[in-house]
Amino acid sequence: MLSQLAPWEPLWPLIALFALALAAYLAGIARRRRARDIPSALAFLLGLGLMYAAMQTRFDYYAQFMFFMHRIQHLALHHLGPFLIALSAPSAVLAAGTPRPLRTAGRRLAASPPVRIGYRFLQQPVIAGLLFVGLIGFWLIPSVHFDAMLDARLYWIMNLSMAVDGLLFWWFMLDPRPPGTTPVTRGVGLRILVLWALMPPQIALGAWIALSPETLFDVYAVCGRAWPISPLLDQQLGGLITWIPAAMMSLLATLALLAFAFRHERERNRESTP
Amino acid sequence: MIRHHASRFALAALLAAGLAACGNDPAWHGHDIRGVMPDLAFTLTDENGETANAADTAGHVRVLFFGYTHCPDICPVTLGRLSAALGELPEAQRDRVRVLFVSVDPERDGPEELAAYTDYYGPRFIGLTGTRDQLDEITKRYRVTYGYGEPDADGFYTVSHSSGIFVFGPGGEARLLINQSQSVPEIAADLERLLARTE
Repeated sequence: MLSQLAPWEPLWPLIALFALALAAYLAGIARRRRARDIPSALAFLLGLGLMYAAMQTRFDYYAQFMFFMHRIQHLALHHLGPFLIALSAPSAVLAAGTPRPLRTAGRRLAASPPVRIGYRFLQQPVIAGLLFVGLIGFWLIPSVHFDAMLDARLYWIMNLSMAVDGLLFWWFMLDPRPPGTTPVTRGVGLRILVLWALMPPQIALGAWIALSPETLFDVYAVCGRAWPISPLLDQQLGGLITWIPAAMMSLLATLALLAFAFRHERERNRESTP
Repeated sequence: MIRHHASRFALAALLAAGLAACGNDPAWHGHDIRGVMPDLAFTLTDENGETANAADTAGHVRVLFFGYTHCPDICPVTLGRLSAALGELPEAQRDRVRVLFVSVDPERDGPEELAAYTDYYGPRFIGLTGTRDQLDEITKRYRVTYGYGEPDADGFYTVSHSSGIFVFGPGGEARLLINQSQSVPEIAADLERLLARTE
């Protein structure tokens, strides 16, 4: 059991980063003592746990040596984990749990022109959408995928790029504040449009993999599989995971956005009727 | 005219950058893994039941392949093709190559089974195996793995393993990953080129 929880390839800076995020969040919850933090805390901890488990437990071993496990890993890193973290809107809790000097430094860094401009550029609806689906597609180009699975450095660049892009994208998508609060808080309708535009390419990619009559990703034969399984079955499962749950996330996010829109509407009405 | 030149130069530069980024020398038939994979290192047991490590074959070009002697398809085919590729090399060059066949099925592959198996392919083929810990170490080092299927009524089980053919230089440095799709003359050409470079 313990050996299942141990990282297959420990990345200490990454483990430290997760530990810091967890510590800051728990300290923030303890300091705020608000009962309504609990549902978001569950979402945050589940999201953080999923991302950690995908990268730093025995699961990573299976993800390296089974194509469909690799697809589950990217689903957790790029869709599910970041979705839950962004949905929990953790900034206030994280800030409350961060020591004051660090918080000031963080705020100053976020306000510096290169970071601000870069962030605003990445959080343009079209760019965020293209990056989101482009990155999935890029790492699934068979020759790129081959190199990424063989080269340890490239492997981590692949996984971390998915994790970072997932956080950026869902942070942009699931911003709960009324549209216009910040330059990157877009209208709900526009965000839903982007979410729906992302579905066809993900479905097409998944279908291309799932329905391919030959193996597209040789690297799993070169490196060996975690257990004997037909290469085509492995690939079909991986294609289905790229196809169905990934596209379903857009629907879930749409529901969340509609809930935000109703809440904004209620709050506006309350303000206008004294 | 100048602009035409400039754009052609830009295109060439872009192409060169692209090739460099892939880390692939187009002159090799296989996949260049210099700097990607670590040097050859292992502690295993040889066909005589004695401890073996990479230093035993230092000075030779080492071809590393993982498999098991009960393997129905890929191992005999791969070893046969490697044997044929060695046959295409001049005698002096052939002698500077050793093929290390690492069985990931130590349960069934003892020293005698390995010796009988590799003898069939020629004197330059060396059978190796080890404890599960030793095998886990060498497979993890080269980012490959293996696993066992459920035994059938006769106790026969299949083993999933790497189909990659890793080639190391005389100093143990990782050089090439030979593709299963390469023909025998292409494998021979890669080995010959590597041998010529490391004389």
